[in-house]
Amino acid sequence: MTETISTGAAHGLSREGIAARLARDLRDGYVVNLGVGIPLLVPRFIPDGTEVILHAENGVLGLGPPAPPERADPDLTDAGKQPATLISGAAIVDSAMSFAIVRGGHLDVTVLGALQVSAHGDLANWYVPGKNPAVGGAMDLVAGAREVWVVMEHVDRAGRPKIVEECTFPLTGRRVVTRVYTDLAVFHVAGGQLRLKECAPGVRPEAVRERTAASYAEDFSA
Amino acid sequence: MIDKFRADVMSVLEAVSSGASLAVGGFGSSGRPDTLLDALCDLDRRDLHLIVNNVGSDFTGVGRMLAEGRIRRLTASFPVLPEFYDEYFAGKVEFELVPQGTLAERLRVGGSGIPAFYTPSGAGTMLADGTFALRYGADGAAAAHMPRRETHDFGGREHVLEYGIVADFGLVKAYQGDRRGNLRFRLSARNFNPLAGMSGRRVFAEIEHLLEVGELRPDDIHLPEVFVDHILLASDTSPKQPMITR
Repeated sequence: MTETISTGAAHGLSREGIAARLARDLRDGYVVNLGVGIPLLVPRFIPDGTEVILHAENGVLGLGPPAPPERADPDLTDAGKQPATLISGAAIVDSAMSFAIVRGGHLDVTVLGALQVSAHGDLANWYVPGKNPAVGGAMDLVAGAREVWVVMEHVDRAGRPKIVEECTFPLTGRRVVTRVYTDLAVFHVAGGQLRLKECAPGVRPEAVRERTAASYAEDFSA
Repeated sequence: MIDKFRADVMSVLEAVSSGASLAVGGFGSSGRPDTLLDALCDLDRRDLHLIVNNVGSDFTGVGRMLAEGRIRRLTASFPVLPEFYDEYFAGKVEFELVPQGTLAERLRVGGSGIPAFYTPSGAGTMLADGTFALRYGADGAAAAHMPRRETHDFGGREHVLEYGIVADFGLVKAYQGDRRGNLRFRLSARNFNPLAGMSGRRVFAEIEHLLEVGELRPDDIHLPEVFVDHILLASDTSPKQPMITR
């Protein structure tokens, strides 16, 4: 593992700020699956007039906001097993059809947290060796969604880069990530290579470079 | 007249022997057939192979079976309960970890006459390359691994071969069922239930509301009676409320 980076501070976006930045890129009509963590912050930042349909692995297409405790229904939860609601026009399907939606390319975007992303878009987000292994729908989501957008802190709690040349944690999928949104920057993966597309307000490209352990090109063209 | 309704859960479940494989519906506690799981505990069935998405977050349902040491092998995507992992790392229960969509499809095809299928899910990962520990030994080292998946290239992309699951028994929870065994589920409690019903050679369904034949409209039947052998009443029939928000 890389040593803790101690070169100058970089004050990037908050978790809410990362979610808000990603939400600006969602298009009207998108069907989207959200993982746990920062991805669950995304819905509150979806712009007015942009209709996004949320999919949950347990068989919900058209997930609404979390249910308040007094309206919790044991027969209606999200993929995190929390009480949920439906939007008007929602559909309920069984788990096989839910994953036909996932694998069949019918999701426009899956938004996932990550332990590591590699220079070529490999993703590791399901298992830290020595801890308790569980995968849920992560491997299906990255295999099937048209776009795989990772949202995460740019470095881990010890300050180590999470964008690395090769993942050291077990992979969720190879060459599956299409975008990475962090507190410091937005990367796209094109032609199997990471490209730095923008830096967060007040963050210099050099600060991103110092905190990234993968090779990438700078490409600030729109 | 066909009547699959059985009032006495215990006498019907006598047919399930220790050592059996069970495909179980539910996502966490939502839609999980706890009446049937509790009955199997009360009947002291052991050495079971459970195929179920989660153990859950407490010691009810599948969690009770685990706590009572009744599970030999778990096939699941997201166990959750920390005590499950204690048992796994201690070598007391085998763990076949499967991507959630692969688990659903394995149950579906198992009941559909399709022995195996290729999927991109898990290709290039340790769930396909033979390195994931199925069972730990007493010394804390892996004693057996999940088998390496066969792979095939389709359109320049690697896919893995996954096998359908035909379980000895299916355990299902439904909202409504008629005496012939037709089932209707409610909201996201449907989840794995129709698939557990398809996978099991012999299927027990616990239902919240018993209907007479003809009361379920043909268009509203989610799992038809051909997949269901016995209907029993669920002990939990708490009232539900509609949840459409906008």
